[in-house]
Amino acid sequence: MNLCRVLGTVTATEKHPAFAARRLMVVQPVDEAQKPAGKSFLAVDDASQAGPGDLVLVLREGNGVRQLLGDKTLPIRSLIVAVVDAVDVPAPAGGPGR
Amino acid sequence: MYLGKVIGTVVCERKYEGLEGKRLLVVQPLDHTREPSGPPEVAVDTVSASPGTLVYLVGSREAALAVSASQPPPVDSAIVGLVDSVDLLG
Repeated sequence: MNLCRVLGTVTATEKHPAFAARRLMVVQPVDEAQKPAGKSFLAVDDASQAGPGDLVLVLREGNGVRQLLGDKTLPIRSLIVAVVDAVDVPAPAGGPGR
Repeated sequence: MYLGKVIGTVVCERKYEGLEGKRLLVVQPLDHTREPSGPPEVAVDTVSASPGTLVYLVGSREAALAVSASQPPPVDSAIVGLVDSVDLLG
């Protein structure tokens, strides 16, 4: 799973039926210090009620998404599976903290 | 899944059966600021997109599922939505 920051939402009227009644969010991968790391992408939010600014966990594997949502035909690759309360990564011993 | 802008069309006479009757479009993947992210790619269209439109796509095996779950065609990128708006924080 990727640690990501929710940047915003995408609105689409015309879309594949699998995306109907599901929220689509713009998410930015972040590192352990919560700094942007990598390209932004889109993830479906089915039940987590995440909003812009939230730190979330994103599952990026289609088979996992299909098992979780109980539909073997879903063309969805990324799903927000948790809203993160805290990340604790102690600085390595002997090295400078970051 | 990711954002993209349709920049053109592709026509192929000879192709695998699974691609028969499928609309192929050239798409430039974009990030959330609508700046290009990576090289353009060819995607199959499932929502009647046209050149110039902002869309979102799904890649890999899920692209084939988006076209047909029972008979997945040989595609690895599919346009699955026409974007009305992208609302960003701040």
